Amino acid sequence: MHPAPSVIIFTSISGLGFGFFIWLGLGIPDLYGWEAFAAFFVAYALSVGGLLASVFHLANKKNVIYSFSQWQTSWLSREGVLSVIALLAFAVFAIGRIFFGTDLPVFGYIGSALALLTVFATSMIYTQLKTVPRWNMPINPVLFLLYAISGGAILATAGGALSGAVAGVLILVLTALQLAGWMMGDKRLAESGSTKGTATGLNTIGQVRLFESAHTSRNYILDEMVHMIGRKHAQKLRMIAVAAIGVVPVVLLLLLPPSIIVTLVALASHLIGVLAARWLFFAEAEHVVGLYYNRG
Amino acid sequence: MTKLPTHTEKKLGLVIDLDTCVGCHACVTSCKGWNTQNYGAPLSDIDAYGADPEGTFLNRVFNYEVAPADGGSSQTVHFPKSCLHCEDAPCVTVCPTGASYKRVSDGIVLVNEDRCMGCGLCAWACPYGARELDYDAGIMKKCTLCVDRIYNENIPEEDRVPACVRTCPAGARHFGDLGDPESDVSQLVAERGGMDLMPEQGTKPVNKYLPPRPKDTLDKQPPKALETVADEAKGFLGWLDKALEKL
Repeated sequence: MHPAPSVIIFTSISGLGFGFFIWLGLGIPDLYGWEAFAAFFVAYALSVGGLLASVFHLANKKNVIYSFSQWQTSWLSREGVLSVIALLAFAVFAIGRIFFGTDLPVFGYIGSALALLTVFATSMIYTQLKTVPRWNMPINPVLFLLYAISGGAILATAGGALSGAVAGVLILVLTALQLAGWMMGDKRLAESGSTKGTATGLNTIGQVRLFESAHTSRNYILDEMVHMIGRKHAQKLRMIAVAAIGVVPVVLLLLLPPSIIVTLVALASHLIGVLAARWLFFAEAEHVVGLYYNRG
Repeated sequence: MTKLPTHTEKKLGLVIDLDTCVGCHACVTSCKGWNTQNYGAPLSDIDAYGADPEGTFLNRVFNYEVAPADGGSSQTVHFPKSCLHCEDAPCVTVCPTGASYKRVSDGIVLVNEDRCMGCGLCAWACPYGARELDYDAGIMKKCTLCVDRIYNENIPEEDRVPACVRTCPAGARHFGDLGDPESDVSQLVAERGGMDLMPEQGTKPVNKYLPPRPKDTLDKQPPKALETVADEAKGFLGWLDKALEKL
């Protein structure tokens, strides 16, 4: 699949933002006044910024309002609706803490649950697609949720409200599961049972090979779904991602005393890793339509 | 709502004969022509006369080589591909805006262009590459089974079939109601063993493909050598044969 920057930034940044919201809604860190303003500003900037980035992926932006209408069937629509409700719940929670010095825990808990559901809906946009076997497995929603929660946890360590140990353990679990996810994903296309033979129905005769493509130039299908560039560096990128997502932040969080600097450096490393992993999430994903083009 | 109907009154679709198709691309051209001048946004071409031309098509013809497992000679198969109007169309349910829908009256899968936001998720959900986003209009395009032809009383009756079917010079494309077991297309599918593409994807395509008929096997069983009708020459030729051997 084409690793479009807009979608990589959208899933990474909004996931981090909603992940921070999950912790904020639980009162970790427990902030009021200007400190609360700073924390909620970061959470809103990340989540809303990420959502806006996704809009750049749309070819016909004027109809974006209709995307809130099909929540009964469409995970993309559900994600839109859930994100707006989550952000509204947190608006009440944040206003209480920033301007009135009062805690409204019910809005916090509801907001945290909605933020969790929003990230789950984001993951299901990809996981639901049987056409992309590497995405169509149960570990993917788990990974999306863990990315959000552990990214948020790093932010929550800033003022010492959350111990580095908790964030460190979450990141270790995430890194281990991400490695498992890559290994499981490598087998998924073969496990799906789709081949050039089933795609053309000619497997009853024999071995199928593309003789001549339907078109000599590129088209939307090839641009979007038969992305091949960069896969040769996949193994190196996986190692870089593991170091940046997990190893560096864990060492920083577990070995150094908590401070805003430690948090920022750990977060920067983690975010670089997340972007690399998300790039791989798209670039490595094989769409079964590639079978018609002698791919896969 | 982008819920799929539990039942459609008809299942209009195409039956494509892989045995008869000659791979001339006439269906590709007529489809592009009709669907650029009629229903919905035109099918654009980008850089049409330049170095890197590309365009939107609703129907494309591939060519495959199939090598039999028993080592016999390979054959080429011309393979037209367009929307299969699946009963369980994954492209419809993923649509966030309600632009994609499947009609209850005839089972045709369509895009309401006034609602499409061009997110492309429906094209991701389709295993067959049947949906192409038009780069000029920013709208998802797909085969409509020529809805603007098949019910059109302003054109002669013989033209009220999809443009690709009307134009096919080989008679390799058939149009009809695949939900009616008595229809010509259903009988053709039953007779020729019509098949689904990627059945493991669970999309239940309405369109069916008729597999190429088995090739004759002359090249595997060469004709027997001619039997010898005369072991020894008789008469004058017999005398000549003996005389020459004695020399």
